[in-house]
Amino acid sequence: MSDLKVEPSLRMGMVLAALRTPSFLIGLALTLVFLSAALLSFVWTPYDVTDLEIANKLKTPSATHWFGTDAFGRDIFSMVMIGARTSIAVALIAVGIGIVIGVPLGLLAAARHGALIDEVVMRANDLVFAFPALLMAIMITAVFGPSAVNAIIAIGIFNIPVFARLSRGAALSLWQRDYVLAARVSGKGRTLISAEHILPNITNLLIVQGTIQFSLGILAEAGLAYVGLGTQPPLPSWGRMLSEAQTMIYIAPHLAIFPGLAIVFTVLGLNLMGDGLRDIFDPKLRRAR
Amino acid sequence: MLPYTIKRLVSLTISLMAASLVIFFVIEVVPGDPASFMLGLNASPETVAALRDSLGLNAPAPVRYWQWITGLVQGEFGISYTYKVPVSELIADRFWVSMPLAIYALVLSTAIAFPVGVIAAAKRNSPTDVSIMGVTQLGVAVPNFWFAMLLVLLFAISLRWFSAGGFPGWEAGFLACMKALTLPAIALALPQASILARVMRSSLLDTLGEDFVRTARAKGLTRRQALWRHALRNALIPVLTIIGLQFSFLLAGAIIIENVFFLPGLGRLVFQSITQRDLIVVKSVIFLLVFAVILVTFIVDVTYAIVDPRLRRART
Amino acid sequence: MALLEIEKLNLSIKGTPILRDVGLGVDSGEVLGVVGESGSGKSMTAMAIMQLLPVGTEWSGAIRLGGKALETFGEKDMCALRGNDIGMVFQEPMTALNPVQTIGDQVAETILVHSGKSRREARRIAREALNRVGLPEDRFPLSRYPHDLSGGQRQRVVIAMAIALRPKLLIADEPTTALDVTTQAQILKLLKKLVDEDGMGLILITHDLAVVADMADHIAIMKDGEVVEAGDTLTLFRKMSHPYTKSLFEASSHVPSRSPVHVPGRGKPVIEVSGVVRDYPLPRRSLFAAPGHFRAVDHVSLAIRRGENVGLVGESGCGKSTLTRAILALDPVQSGEIRLNGGVFSTHGHGPDRDMRRRVQVVFQDPYSSFNPRHRVDRLITEPFFLLDEQPDPPERRRRINEALVNVGLQPSDSQKYIHEFSGGQRQRIAIARALIIEPSLIVLDEAVSALDVSIRAQILDLLADLSDRLAISYLFISHDLSVVRAITDRVLVMKSGKVVEEGLTEDVFRNPRHPYTQELLAATPVLDEALKAREARAAANGSGASS
Repeated sequence: MSDLKVEPSLRMGMVLAALRTPSFLIGLALTLVFLSAALLSFVWTPYDVTDLEIANKLKTPSATHWFGTDAFGRDIFSMVMIGARTSIAVALIAVGIGIVIGVPLGLLAAARHGALIDEVVMRANDLVFAFPALLMAIMITAVFGPSAVNAIIAIGIFNIPVFARLSRGAALSLWQRDYVLAARVSGKGRTLISAEHILPNITNLLIVQGTIQFSLGILAEAGLAYVGLGTQPPLPSWGRMLSEAQTMIYIAPHLAIFPGLAIVFTVLGLNLMGDGLRDIFDPKLRRAR
Repeated sequence: MLPYTIKRLVSLTISLMAASLVIFFVIEVVPGDPASFMLGLNASPETVAALRDSLGLNAPAPVRYWQWITGLVQGEFGISYTYKVPVSELIADRFWVSMPLAIYALVLSTAIAFPVGVIAAAKRNSPTDVSIMGVTQLGVAVPNFWFAMLLVLLFAISLRWFSAGGFPGWEAGFLACMKALTLPAIALALPQASILARVMRSSLLDTLGEDFVRTARAKGLTRRQALWRHALRNALIPVLTIIGLQFSFLLAGAIIIENVFFLPGLGRLVFQSITQRDLIVVKSVIFLLVFAVILVTFIVDVTYAIVDPRLRRART
Repeated sequence: MALLEIEKLNLSIKGTPILRDVGLGVDSGEVLGVVGESGSGKSMTAMAIMQLLPVGTEWSGAIRLGGKALETFGEKDMCALRGNDIGMVFQEPMTALNPVQTIGDQVAETILVHSGKSRREARRIAREALNRVGLPEDRFPLSRYPHDLSGGQRQRVVIAMAIALRPKLLIADEPTTALDVTTQAQILKLLKKLVDEDGMGLILITHDLAVVADMADHIAIMKDGEVVEAGDTLTLFRKMSHPYTKSLFEASSHVPSRSPVHVPGRGKPVIEVSGVVRDYPLPRRSLFAAPGHFRAVDHVSLAIRRGENVGLVGESGCGKSTLTRAILALDPVQSGEIRLNGGVFSTHGHGPDRDMRRRVQVVFQDPYSSFNPRHRVDRLITEPFFLLDEQPDPPERRRRINEALVNVGLQPSDSQKYIHEFSGGQRQRIAIARALIIEPSLIVLDEAVSALDVSIRAQILDLLADLSDRLAISYLFISHDLSVVRAITDRVLVMKSGKVVEEGLTEDVFRNPRHPYTQELLAATPVLDEALKAREARAAANGSGASS
């Protein structure tokens, strides 16, 4: 909440600060690698993952198949590329749901602090927090059957209270600022003040939290796909690749390595980028730590 | 202290009611007719009608909700549609695998994270701190079920120190069970410990910058004394929040990890029930897990009041 | 030999010089006042004595306490010294105590870390220390927690911690800045008493010349990390050989010149507040009892005429902020009525319309939180245009922005800058411009100069006086600082516990306060001239001009 002092004309300075923040640069590089792999997979992968070549199954990594092949002879490198697409899409949409629903709720609760609507929003938040994304996914799947959409909804719902709480807390502290009082003296209403004075001053915070929720979403998607509640065949996903690898862990341990590393590096990249952004947005905090 | 606890108890009850309503709505109202859903498309109308009858689905939704709730209070969860036995029996054994696993992992995670976080904060910006921060950054990024698979590869397949999975049952003795739960608990605990250690460190660093720590130093306390006697207890308040949240993640994680280690816990039960469309079991397991999460939130809230005297006066 | 001697103290933090050749000395039983504006290095000097310096600090020079050279002391030796030989009291009592520990434990800790005494003996000494600072056992048992003590009481606990072991030197860094005047007077009296009883040396760091004129035997004036003038209090004030001392002195007792047209009682009132009541619900004590109410403003009436400056004074919690919020129509009134230029502005259940609303504008206390950091000055100061039914066309808008900026002593070119490019005093000018731009009848100045250093404060007061003369604007000037109110207002109201207890022409009220509370307030307020006169009288009685 302490990054609220960022000022626009410091933007140039922020770019310079970004170039001097190693964690941000490493994180950005990792994220870009996986993002481009995901985008590239739409037009090109080394092999077609719908081609099953049983004769070529369970090959260890080599010059022809960089990450080896799976039980059906599919190229693991290509599958990891397409898996990146699934993971990133699910996590990104889920963050979008969290922001689009959570932030307005949080701003509304803060603007009506102490009123009934505030209480209702906060209690609803507490309630959703009692359902971890996995339980939500189990409920949805039990009724609608498993699919990637369920994973998006479950993770998205879980993101809503995260953003609602964050924006409410930050907005509440901004409502105490004298410039908000000055705007009220100028006759501006709560909605206009929220849009003009509150939201622009909490965007940095939302960007940082968005990065973190993005990375949590990747982990959650992998977990759901692993237990069969997320992405369904034939679409490759990192979590499903791992659950298939597990059945063959004695004979082909390499199957488990690459999808796992892909998850670790994507999440690591996003977290490093989030930490870096926090430092860049809040030079004060950076000096203190 | 007492008024505060009562207030938290009231809020616990309200949360439970709301949660049960949500579960009931999603599982029993959203699918339309649960009986035809459970039997699938090919069921004859007579079978569906018979199931509706045996499940009491002909009653209106509010009545069914009330019956479910009153049953829950008495420990009656209903009869499983696929297993044809009371759900409470199905759950009981499995509960005593999942819950000890989650608690074991919580204890491990806290026991690792506390000292690590404190050391990192006390030696901030030293090589020790930098390496701790690097390792925890990596730890946060590792999915627990993949970490579990790596542990199996290393300790069960290569080193053969542990068995790759399975659970002997509590009648086989406490130690045997704990051994069976150790790898799963480590797999669950280490990623969570990384998060907790980072929170511990940053909370402690924030507190070390507070005025009252400066006051303590002005009294003649050393840096270390000021940290232990004044900063630590104040730093615990945000850490407690995270521990409370972690429990729900650990419980959810436990359900996933059971798959890696073939543990006969609630996770296996619920996934089987989903494939068999046994909504009664799914509903009960979810309620039980949500109940555990809400209960832990309550315990955390009461612990706040022990740590922070300001909360003991009823208001929040 | 002096108790504390500092010689040629140079200090820098990460390469930035903070202190240059600072030299100071204090004797036992003597009070040294260190005076300076923000950034003068006075607090850093104190932290150098305590050796509680931020990471990356380098210093050179000599600090000797009772003959011991602190520059040769390691961290372990300093720990033995802090709290035992030197005690310290800080500015912000609300955060200076550990919220999760009892006051008894916190005071006893000083004794426990320095002596081998038993816990029981430590608690006995702690009890004694708390008694000495005016926190008797029946109301303040050792088992109390800081959160149910007031700011003044907490400051007493901090003092008890600092003096529990009867140190040779006590450093008090702005110990009363965060407190009300009556509490300030009590704390200062307590410090003086402790110095006399224990024969301690006291370093009193403050921005307030009137406080040191009353308390200190010697004074050091600091500016930009240097001691510009130092000496015996009376001699220093008589000579004032350094120009900065002189300007500080003048700014402290500055009275802006105002044209004499302000004859109160003439003309129609701009604003009339009559019988306004504002209640706040108290938190429910039990589920069954209805929640109680706290009456923050209790049937308050006041009227301000055109061009008139009215002061509203009172201590924290007296209801002046609540009244301000009601007058600004930020909160509704529960009963009573506010009239503006003869029409109803607000009453129970009704707020002002847009045209009424733009007649009342405001300047807040904190220049750093008064502006959205993302907007440029032109957008910031035109925010009240929202209240106009028709937005001015661009050239007209341009003209009014320039006029408002020039009126407050800034340049038209400043309109394209962001707020962080301005100093605190300049920001306060921009806040005034924002209030002026819509041509209001009344400007509410809510502690508008309280956060500023004295020299800046004097400039802003001049500006306000000039504007009210030229534009015939009325001010409602809300402040806890009586000397400022006296300098700028025609009439004054004194508030206590939600009620106006006294009202009258400013000079009359200050010369002949009738209500006992006003008398108490005035007696507690340090006044530079009076403190110096009293000191001179004492010196004359002792038969020597510059004693000590």
